[in-house]
Amino acid sequence: MLVLAIDAAREPAISILFRGNNFVRLLGGLWVTIRISMISAVLSIPLGILFGIFMMRKNPAAKAVSRVYLDFIRIMPQLVLLFIVYFGTTRAFGINLSGELSAIIVFVLWGTAEMGDLVRGALSSIPKHQYESAAALGMTPMEINIYVIIPQTLRRLIPLAINLITRMIKTTSLIVLIGVVEVLKTGQQIIDANRFAFPTAALPIYGVIFFLYFFTCWPISLLAKYLEKRWKN
Amino acid sequence: MAEVQLSIKNLHKSYDRLDVLKGVDLDVHKGEVVVLLGPSGCGKSTLLRCINGLETINEGTITLDGEVISGKSQAEMSKYRQKIGMVFQSYDLFPHKNIIDNITMAPRKVQGRDRVSAEKEARDLLARVGLLDKEKAFPRMLSGGQKQRVAIVRALEMHPEMMLFDEVTAALDPEMVREVLDVMLELAGQGLTMLIVTHEMAFARAIADRIIFMDGGHIVEQSDPETFFTHPKTDRAKEFLENFEFVARKRKNDSV
Repeated sequence: MLVLAIDAAREPAISILFRGNNFVRLLGGLWVTIRISMISAVLSIPLGILFGIFMMRKNPAAKAVSRVYLDFIRIMPQLVLLFIVYFGTTRAFGINLSGELSAIIVFVLWGTAEMGDLVRGALSSIPKHQYESAAALGMTPMEINIYVIIPQTLRRLIPLAINLITRMIKTTSLIVLIGVVEVLKTGQQIIDANRFAFPTAALPIYGVIFFLYFFTCWPISLLAKYLEKRWKN
Repeated sequence: MAEVQLSIKNLHKSYDRLDVLKGVDLDVHKGEVVVLLGPSGCGKSTLLRCINGLETINEGTITLDGEVISGKSQAEMSKYRQKIGMVFQSYDLFPHKNIIDNITMAPRKVQGRDRVSAEKEARDLLARVGLLDKEKAFPRMLSGGQKQRVAIVRALEMHPEMMLFDEVTAALDPEMVREVLDVMLELAGQGLTMLIVTHEMAFARAIADRIIFMDGGHIVEQSDPETFFTHPKTDRAKEFLENFEFVARKRKNDSV
């Protein structure tokens, strides 16, 4: 046993990654991160579109409700929201939500607010002339939306929505604090379990986690940039 | 004189409590070119916008080819708008479509025409305004004057019976005004009914069959262009025209 430990200590710290199923475990953790982000994004985007359209209403009550919701979500740190949902619901209603479900609820609440604001911005940035010149060509309100307004709104929106997804992926690193074992927590477990055999493992493991995040978000970010450039007008 | 194509009776329009049009009566005959003049805020642009239903009117009727077109819903109005082409002051092309698609979108989606014939006609019209080489370009690549010529072509491709021009050169750089006005002069020569709001006096005098002078929400004076520009009947029209003369005389003194 002692011999083994000494042997291990002679190896470069990065080799811990290839011991047992450590790398597969990290990838498993990354999958939890991606799964939570994707479920949240898939739910947030349609809800955000509806919320954005709702925010465009001139009704003062609708305006007040959406303002309060948006500001509340924006002002609260995501961590506080996670604690409120994870611990607060149990305490207040005796409901025991899993960490993952709590995380998805918080990310959907947050994503809907952010996406809604993006939709509102994209819709209100379409000049009134676009509606009028399309109407003057004999298009019905439905045709104006389908052929003129929605295509222009989507072009402005999609790059922004994709950026929102990368922000979600990064923010999932907070959910360790409500006990969800995602990529960061898996990394910490590997470091802790090998504290004596590989005392310097922290740096390489966190380095690998850095690259896992990077190679998840980078292609998404490139896609956003590409679409933005292609649709610039 | 030809038959009456557009008839406006006792048209009133107000925004909140501001009365913009206070009882306008106007008949426009088939093939006639009518130029609306008047000081800013006199209601001439609002009158054009009421004709194709971009503004809801408070009172009165608008009749096109004997059919009442005022007081209709937006969806109903789209049918009449196909007969009335309109070009605006702002360069209002669809930025996400190239030039040929800008022109053929409404004919294909609204009138159900096929792509090949719509595009052929679009190219013929683009050639007439000297922009055939721009068919694949996007609006952002065009100058203001080029965009306005495309906007005119886009309206013409719908085969309107009548065209409304709302200060189409007001936002253009001076050197681009001419190219747009020339296109309009050519159209007028082909017998298209036109209602034009403009501040280009020389152009108004050249193109108009009839000048309508508006002030304070009323039609104050109407006559043929020669009479209007040489012997205006009302004091308000005289004052209005003197504004332009004053600008001209001052410019001459400056340059000496």
